[in-house]
Amino acid sequence: MISQLTKTEREIALLLTILLAISGSILGLMGRGDLLGYHGALLAIAGYALTFVLIKDHFDPEPGPKRIEKYYDDPIKVGIVLAIFWVVIGTFVGDWVAWLLVFPDATFDAGWASFGRLRPVHTSGVIFGFGGNALIATSFHVVQRTTRARLADRVSPWVVIVGFNLFCLMAASGYLMGITASKEYAEPEWYADIFLTIIWVVYFVLYMRTLARREEPHIYVANWYFLAFIIVVAILHILNNLAVPVSFGHAKSYSLFSGVQDAMLQWWYGHNAVAFFLTAGFLGMLYYYLPKRAGRPIFSYRLSIISFWGIVFLYMWAGSHHLHYTALPHWVQTLGMTFSIMLLVPSWASAGNALMTLNGAWGKVRDDATLRFMMVAAVFYGLSTFEGSFMAIRPVNSLSHYTDWTVGHVHAGALGWVAMITFGAIYTLTPWLWNKERMYSNKLIEVHFWLALIGTMIYVFAMWNSGIIQGLMWRAYNENGTLAYSFIESVAAMKPYYVARAIGGFLFFLGAVVCAYNVWKTIQLPAVAAKNPDKPPLPARGSPTALSAAE
Amino acid sequence: MAEGENDLHTGRKTTGHEWNGIKELTTPVPKIVLFFLAVTFLVSLLIWVLAPTWPTGSAYTKGILGIDQRTSLETSLKRSAARTAPWRNEIEQSNFETIAQNTELMKTVRSHGARLFGDNCAMCHGADATGGIGFPSLVDDQWLWGGDPSTIMETLRVGINSTNDDTRISQMIAYGRDGILTLEQRRSVGAYVRSLSQSHEISTADIEKLEAGATIFAQQCASCHGPDGRGMQSVGAPNLTDDHWIYGGGSADIDETLRNGRHGVMPQWEKRTSATDRKILTLYILDLAEGAQ
Repeated sequence: MISQLTKTEREIALLLTILLAISGSILGLMGRGDLLGYHGALLAIAGYALTFVLIKDHFDPEPGPKRIEKYYDDPIKVGIVLAIFWVVIGTFVGDWVAWLLVFPDATFDAGWASFGRLRPVHTSGVIFGFGGNALIATSFHVVQRTTRARLADRVSPWVVIVGFNLFCLMAASGYLMGITASKEYAEPEWYADIFLTIIWVVYFVLYMRTLARREEPHIYVANWYFLAFIIVVAILHILNNLAVPVSFGHAKSYSLFSGVQDAMLQWWYGHNAVAFFLTAGFLGMLYYYLPKRAGRPIFSYRLSIISFWGIVFLYMWAGSHHLHYTALPHWVQTLGMTFSIMLLVPSWASAGNALMTLNGAWGKVRDDATLRFMMVAAVFYGLSTFEGSFMAIRPVNSLSHYTDWTVGHVHAGALGWVAMITFGAIYTLTPWLWNKERMYSNKLIEVHFWLALIGTMIYVFAMWNSGIIQGLMWRAYNENGTLAYSFIESVAAMKPYYVARAIGGFLFFLGAVVCAYNVWKTIQLPAVAAKNPDKPPLPARGSPTALSAAE
Repeated sequence: MAEGENDLHTGRKTTGHEWNGIKELTTPVPKIVLFFLAVTFLVSLLIWVLAPTWPTGSAYTKGILGIDQRTSLETSLKRSAARTAPWRNEIEQSNFETIAQNTELMKTVRSHGARLFGDNCAMCHGADATGGIGFPSLVDDQWLWGGDPSTIMETLRVGINSTNDDTRISQMIAYGRDGILTLEQRRSVGAYVRSLSQSHEISTADIEKLEAGATIFAQQCASCHGPDGRGMQSVGAPNLTDDHWIYGGGSADIDETLRNGRHGVMPQWEKRTSATDRKILTLYILDLAEGAQ
């Protein structure tokens, strides 16, 4: 990997890893009396290890001028492998906590094994670890191909991939130790948040610079979505994590906001994390890998425009539907509800655009599990956006809120849409990246497809049932006007559904393991010459002569 | 790539752009999309007219329906109170015996009591009120502080070792930790306590130990548990001569109790429940206990 870097790039990288080692050491020393010390040590160790690797290979021969004849794909490979690592970990812990709900005593009397600490390892593991790595890797891949420009430089993609994964590690290990900012999906503490902000700005600048170098006159839809994802996630992350640390030697911080303002900000963040992390980015993925795999043109450019601007504009207002019937003023709730209703058609337009694109390629959908992953993803996207708009309606929410229906809804989106589109993209991308004829086993992709689909169906149906039963039990009255059930009765009634959910989750986890095995074996296949001319046009911006002169 | 080309399958033209092999068709936005877009926007507009929605600086648009979640909550609470008022009043005004004999009222006590018990008591005393380690059974006819209705209701109000000003206070001294009794003394008094409730055969070797235990018991324990070990409800000291053990009756359990003492807590319910609800809970528990006998 280092052999692809020029001498200057190696020196910049070395400087950065030394900086990481030093700042990690300082953080570790400041936080030596606190859990913060462990994370300082983690950053320092990563910094020293990377410094060592860079020094070791520092004097390897530099890459020749021929390197610019190919896109820069090394960090993408690493991102894909890490995404697969995280999906195995994340779904494993997810199924673990699912069983914990069936057998609540199975915590070995250990703090780290309690539901409250394991659950964010699952959510962050799949959202950030799996989703994040997959988004970063595919965005690097898509932006180069659709702009016909190489990534703007060779160091910042590594900063993004390595930094982002260090953030994920700090998050997951922190939860187990009991470090949490207590904000759902934004649990990491202030120092990790600052660290991610730096990484994210590097990501944004790299993406913009690459777009600016494009050889295509027009910017393809997928890049609109990736860019929206990068920009809005930065805004959300910074605003929701504004906090005051107890001291620079402590992991703990307190939110800058309090009460209902804090709640509103949190759910503005939470809902738009769904919108821009789990939707916009993955739509970017869909808009590239689905038409590529299907070999069909996008059904309608105009529909793409309507859905993009509809989603980007309307989602921003919808967060307050997470706080129906709370201390949040009524008018804010109505506003969030109506914008959620208006969101439905732009969302369905995206799903429809994807499915209509498959017209003329349905034979492929039947035969090719990879394309079928992406087709099912579009269907689940349509399903969960309809469900989301429906659940945002106040009276519906009075039944669904705080129940497992919400959990089912989230997983219809996360398993059915986000994970399925990602698996489709991974199976499409892996042979390209490693120059293989095809995936190691198409049978295993088929097995994975059915494990994932059946697992998701079991999961979602179980949670629909348990959620609606919970909601109905909580609002059931006796003739004399008293509540019919105690809370604990509704908990006891959930047991069969929790068992079913954990089984469904296990199937999904199994599918992820199958995927990991298949990708691993694919990487080991003998390489073939790249079939399609998947490279930047020559001469690229900054002609080879100028480049060799600069060296 | 100036002019779009024809797509054979759909008969549409492409836009003329191509990105790494991906093209786009010029298909116009389907009418049905525009129709439903209009529908959802109109529905939203209607809701904005009807309900409070838009901020206007220091105020907000109230909507012509005049809905507000605070007033709707107050209305439904009032409606709910009116619906339950008849039997609530009857329970408030009647004494325990009268209610217990009124089958109609006891129906309400049972249904509402079960809900109150499940939400407030079951997490410690168990869903069937049979208790568990550290939490006494409520259906075994053994009462630490007395089992008549008004005493139970008072226990519910103030709790045990709770934060209430009138809390019932009770503590088993940590004889080992506080250095009052040696290990050997604790073993003899433990054996003696076990002998009070268990009629297993006593070997001659044990007799000396039990006698020593009896002496210690008289000095240290009798003041709370009574000279015969039958407990004292005035201080919440349990009867040691029956088969009911809050913290277990094995010799290891009793050792632990003697070494580190016990300081069980029951929260006060005065601030969380109404007097009527505590009355219902009292009746419910007694009814459960009666059913269990």
